[in-house]
Amino acid sequence: MRDFAEAFATALRLLAERDPALVEIVALSLRVSLAALACACAAGIPLGAVLGAVRFPGRGALRVLVNALLGLPPVVVGLLVYLLLSRSGPLGGLGLLFTPAAMVIAQALLVAPIVTALAASTVEALAEEYGDQLRSLGAGRWRMLPTLVLEGRAQLFIAVLAGLGRALGEVGAVILVGGNIAHATRVMTTAIALETSRGDLALALALGMLLIGVSVLLNGGAYALRQASLRHV
Amino acid sequence: MFEPAPPILPLALERVSLRAPAGDRWLVEDVSARLVPGRLTVLLGPNGAGKTLTLRLCHGLVAPTSGRVRWLGPGAAGGPARRQAMVFQRPVLLRRSVAANVAWPLRLRGLPRGARRRRVDAALAATGLAERARHAARRLSVGEQQRVALARAWALEPEVLFLDEPTSALDPGATAAVETLVRAIAAEGATVVLTTHDLAQAHRLAEEVWFMHGGRLLEQADAAEFFDRPRSAEAHAFLKGELLW
Amino acid sequence: MGPWRRAARAVGALLASAALAAPAWAEGAATLRLGSTTSVRDSGLLDALLPVFQAKSGIEVQAIAVGTGQALALAARGDVDLVLVHDRDAEKAFVAAGHGAERRELFYNELLLVGPRDDPAGVRGVEDPAEALRRVAAARAPFASRGDDSGTHRAELRLWERAGVDPRGAPGDWYRELGAGMGATLNTAAQLPAYALVDEATWDTFRNKGALVALVRGAAELRNVYSVILLNPARRPGLKHAEARALADWLASAEGRQAVAGYRPRGKPLFHPLPAPPARP
Repeated sequence: MRDFAEAFATALRLLAERDPALVEIVALSLRVSLAALACACAAGIPLGAVLGAVRFPGRGALRVLVNALLGLPPVVVGLLVYLLLSRSGPLGGLGLLFTPAAMVIAQALLVAPIVTALAASTVEALAEEYGDQLRSLGAGRWRMLPTLVLEGRAQLFIAVLAGLGRALGEVGAVILVGGNIAHATRVMTTAIALETSRGDLALALALGMLLIGVSVLLNGGAYALRQASLRHV
Repeated sequence: MFEPAPPILPLALERVSLRAPAGDRWLVEDVSARLVPGRLTVLLGPNGAGKTLTLRLCHGLVAPTSGRVRWLGPGAAGGPARRQAMVFQRPVLLRRSVAANVAWPLRLRGLPRGARRRRVDAALAATGLAERARHAARRLSVGEQQRVALARAWALEPEVLFLDEPTSALDPGATAAVETLVRAIAAEGATVVLTTHDLAQAHRLAEEVWFMHGGRLLEQADAAEFFDRPRSAEAHAFLKGELLW
Repeated sequence: MGPWRRAARAVGALLASAALAAPAWAEGAATLRLGSTTSVRDSGLLDALLPVFQAKSGIEVQAIAVGTGQALALAARGDVDLVLVHDRDAEKAFVAAGHGAERRELFYNELLLVGPRDDPAGVRGVEDPAEALRRVAAARAPFASRGDDSGTHRAELRLWERAGVDPRGAPGDWYRELGAGMGATLNTAAQLPAYALVDEATWDTFRNKGALVALVRGAAELRNVYSVILLNPARRPGLKHAEARALADWLASAEGRQAVAGYRPRGKPLFHPLPAPPARP
């Protein structure tokens, strides 16, 4: 109990002081995770929509694969991306290892299956419901996809939030490909890992509380947005 | 009146059959018929008679297992689907405003904004939904939603309008409203084909009757003649209220 | 569409401000990458030394702190420009394999055997660390091993060997191989409580000692030497060899050694510079 109280007090103190190192860490966490989310959605939503609504050979196998990738361990993704971006690896020449860009790549790979799988099941259900009518109105399978995606925006939004949660909270991938370098690739989760390994559990816990606070703020904002849009139409 | 265009009618169903997916029986069996312009046709029969499937075969949503569905008019060369519209038993509307729903297929067809606007306004006026134009379509009552579906069909100015049991989910007041609109669309020049198992509705609307039972088209006749002098035993029974499936 | 547009603007502003506050996307030109072990990071030594070096040379150093094994693996793959580690055998093998061009021993500190205050195995004050470990094994007292092939772990294994004990094969499950870094291992040891081998820099700056105290120290065998290894330019031409040499030279210089000796976060030095040796492979 005392640990929690001490951690909570530390968290409040950190907020009040607006320590520049802390601000840097939070800013980088947001930047990396939001960028990863954007990439994952840009690829995952269209892919998921196609998987959900279009019939093609191998579709079933691909869906099974995407669903299986939902459980991909972050540290494995980190290792794979590291091997790709290492100077000895195929993409070493890009010089992306130990930079925020590498972290974005790793997190995008972790978030994409979530977004893709949920987009696929959402669009599949909607295609079932709307398919005949949209066809009757003149839309082929492919033309239907953007309409179905827009139609399923409420569920997709939740998928997006789930993806963001995974990105903000993961540490295994970003610590491997980012290196947890001070003032360069240190984010909230890797900072927590660092302070834990220093034995400073109170500070680690305080950072954890701040991380949860950031997540609550983001989700609260999303909720408010949803409520406002419901009232608007 | 709807804008004229090269017609796709008449529609010829030539020995059209549809086998069940399991392959064990025929859902539509050897149906031959001809749909000509200008008459409101009611596809009548008990549940399970194959009426909905026949409608979907006509509209092209399903391909026949054997036989042919042919549009014989000069306009058919450009793709007959564009000149048709269909309203389903339950209204299928997008999570948008009423006006956006009506406009959607017009945007799909590349209609410029001005023409779109005019058609949407006309359709909403004709269906009495002008005041609801900006409302969320899915929040309307089922009867109003079905009218939105009709407005959407109206805005397409179709040559042929198919309706699959359009009022079976509606209360009498909404049913009456829909029936009025169906007649109005027919008056604009659309050829209407409507399925129903509701005898009273058939009486009210039909100019021609196609009677189906067990996947087969048993009678195709002028409405008055069908109701007065049905030729098949099944039709007799159905008209007396005895043939339930 | 109103609220969505407003939200999009807010997210855009958030991203823009985050972009301003946070570091650059990709590698800078004068950035040197140092692979080091966690002990030099966790103790704060790097935070004390590197800014001094940067101010003097203009070279920004990015430290990637992992275990010795991982640091050497990174170096072998050319992902860091030089390493600072503390495992003589592994370092020599690294150089012998052709990855490292030059190895310089810079400073040392001590390894300590820490354990529960009530010392169930009775090792307090024992001079020979191998004898102490023998007693731990005999008492089957819990022992937390890093188990991660780091310098500290290998030193621990050498002690077990000299003690004539195979801790993995011994009966009972008192020997816990954690596969973890120094800090995580200490956290576990503090909780169990268990004996553990730890470098004095991490130990002195560790904030979660719990019931653990230092029990055995001082033997020559427990000396833990840190070396910097410059990489082989023939094998890895694209690395920043000149800058790496600048850092290695500075660390070995009088100024560098003074900075190391002068790092006293709690009033006493955690790392002791070695007398300046000639560069030796």
